[in-house]
Amino acid sequence: MMQRIKPFDHLILILGALFLCMPVVMAFASSTHTAIDIHSNGLYVMPGSNGAETYTKVLTKRGGFTGEVTGLTMLMNSMILGVGFAVGKIVLSMMAAYALVYFRFRFATPIFWVIFTTLLLPLEVRIMPSYQVMSELKLLNTYQGLIVPLLASATGTFFFRQFFKSVPDELLEAARIDGAGPVKFFIDILVPLSRTMMAAIFIIMFIYGWNQYLWPMLMTTDESFFTLMRGIKTILQVWVGSQIPDYNEAFALAVLAMVPPLVVVLVFQRMFIKGLTESDK
Amino acid sequence: MGQISFKSVGKTYAGGVTAVSDVTLDVAEGEFIVLVGPSGCGKSTLLRMVAGLEEITDGEIDIAGRVVNRLDPADRDIAMVFQNYALYPHMTVKENMAYGLKNRRTPKAEIEARVAEAARMLELQPYLDRKPRALSGGQRQRVAMGRAIVRQPAAFLFDEPLSNLDAKLRVSMRMEIRKLQRRIGTTSLYVTHDQLEAMTLADRLVVLNGGKVEQIGKPLEVYHRPASTFVASFIGSPAMNLLDARVEGGQVWLGGAAMGPAGRAEGPVTLGIRAEDLRPAPASQGVALKVEHVEELGSGRVVHGHVDGQTLAVSMAPGLSIGDVLHVAAAPEALHLFDTTTGRRIETRTRTAELVQ
Repeated sequence: MMQRIKPFDHLILILGALFLCMPVVMAFASSTHTAIDIHSNGLYVMPGSNGAETYTKVLTKRGGFTGEVTGLTMLMNSMILGVGFAVGKIVLSMMAAYALVYFRFRFATPIFWVIFTTLLLPLEVRIMPSYQVMSELKLLNTYQGLIVPLLASATGTFFFRQFFKSVPDELLEAARIDGAGPVKFFIDILVPLSRTMMAAIFIIMFIYGWNQYLWPMLMTTDESFFTLMRGIKTILQVWVGSQIPDYNEAFALAVLAMVPPLVVVLVFQRMFIKGLTESDK
Repeated sequence: MGQISFKSVGKTYAGGVTAVSDVTLDVAEGEFIVLVGPSGCGKSTLLRMVAGLEEITDGEIDIAGRVVNRLDPADRDIAMVFQNYALYPHMTVKENMAYGLKNRRTPKAEIEARVAEAARMLELQPYLDRKPRALSGGQRQRVAMGRAIVRQPAAFLFDEPLSNLDAKLRVSMRMEIRKLQRRIGTTSLYVTHDQLEAMTLADRLVVLNGGKVEQIGKPLEVYHRPASTFVASFIGSPAMNLLDARVEGGQVWLGGAAMGPAGRAEGPVTLGIRAEDLRPAPASQGVALKVEHVEELGSGRVVHGHVDGQTLAVSMAPGLSIGDVLHVAAAPEALHLFDTTTGRRIETRTRTAELVQ
């Protein structure tokens, strides 16, 4: 039977899609005009002719107080932060979950619940002590200092724990009979089985790391560690006197900041869905 | 090299629950032993104790001359086939079979040769590069067996390997397993709750109930001389009729009819008669059965009815007319007497003559 087309439903869907897409389209379109145009005419919906210039400038112009930091550096820093977070969190929470699920040790369940309750505490709650620890370890203005304190992940541990619990016991038993020890079982069986979980967590954690603002701002004073998020902010900070802020550059940076998470979602989502539809444990 | 011996083996869980107690059994090299019993009788626990997946709390298990109580599963020289196959989903058929060998650092060429040989035996060659999810249930089961075969272990352990398959496939896989085991000649322990599977596969049956061995013997021996009412009701289909009867004056009396001689025992007994041992008889010689329900099986029929207020099933050839009341009798050697309180068999005479198969 042919599905009857319902115009009203489509109208609602189109409006919804426009509502979600317009800000992105406008940000991109505006970034291709000059700052003066934007200042006098407002936001644009259609792209202008200044695009190449803006983006080259944003990516390569040396700026900041030291005159050293470029958009490319910031993009790089954000990337290191995002990937570092995501990979670190996956590795750490997988190992934690492995210990919690497969090894019988005293207080395993209470330990899990302690980890789990830290879900309730956002980073901001412990930001001062974390800062002090890093400061005393002399890890301010380093990538390690940026990444390591945020690696412990209750969310990740929880997800992996639930996933490991759903893996049939017989698989472990078969592996034991096949002569696989704990490390081999983890690497040869569990890790490959968890690929879809890893993809899902990678998406979440990469974006979490990518969007970090407060923590990098505290941890790094050296401009060579600036992330994109901070870069956008510094551009808009120049509004003094009769100077027009570089709206176009801010928009360009914002668009650039959107691309990597988008790519991550697109790539991993495909893997994620493939895993969901194909796997049978 | 593949003998297994159980020396009063038992398993008590930390909570104090006893799953298996006092199992003593010697399995000869190449023998196919089936552990059979209802669910919760401890048969799987016993098998898992052999595999090393459950700790042995009492007694000793000895595989190929080594006490294995303290050995890791991988060091016990056994291979196991699981009910849900437990194939590694991310590995191809070939990798699945090779994994155990690779972990044992078997040379590559030998792994290849053994996998190829097993694949040939199990007709898995076309599927070697497929993932388990692309295989049917029967094929997955064969891969699981292949994984066991390539290891060339001292013993195969099967944990209800056929219960996830449909009825038709189960019958053909059953024969395949038996043929394969004959050909390879590896000692096998096989757990099932299906008495038919047990009867057809086993060299010897071990009937378990409540963690204890009820009877150990060849399938026909167990069938013809069940050691207890439990075994009598568990082995054979339809289940053996068990009726309250009396022995008086050397005769077994049931519903006012003398069924046959009964040796020395006097007083109440449990009388066991297989449905197929009962035959229609003249009114003067048989016991009256009030017919209630007839099951048509095509090849025959099973008549259900009451005798003296107790249910009784009789297998009959097709075509015989059945009235409301049927008189049935059984040959004296087809009567099994059991103690009413212990349920153990009461020997009435030497039966060597009838065990000729």
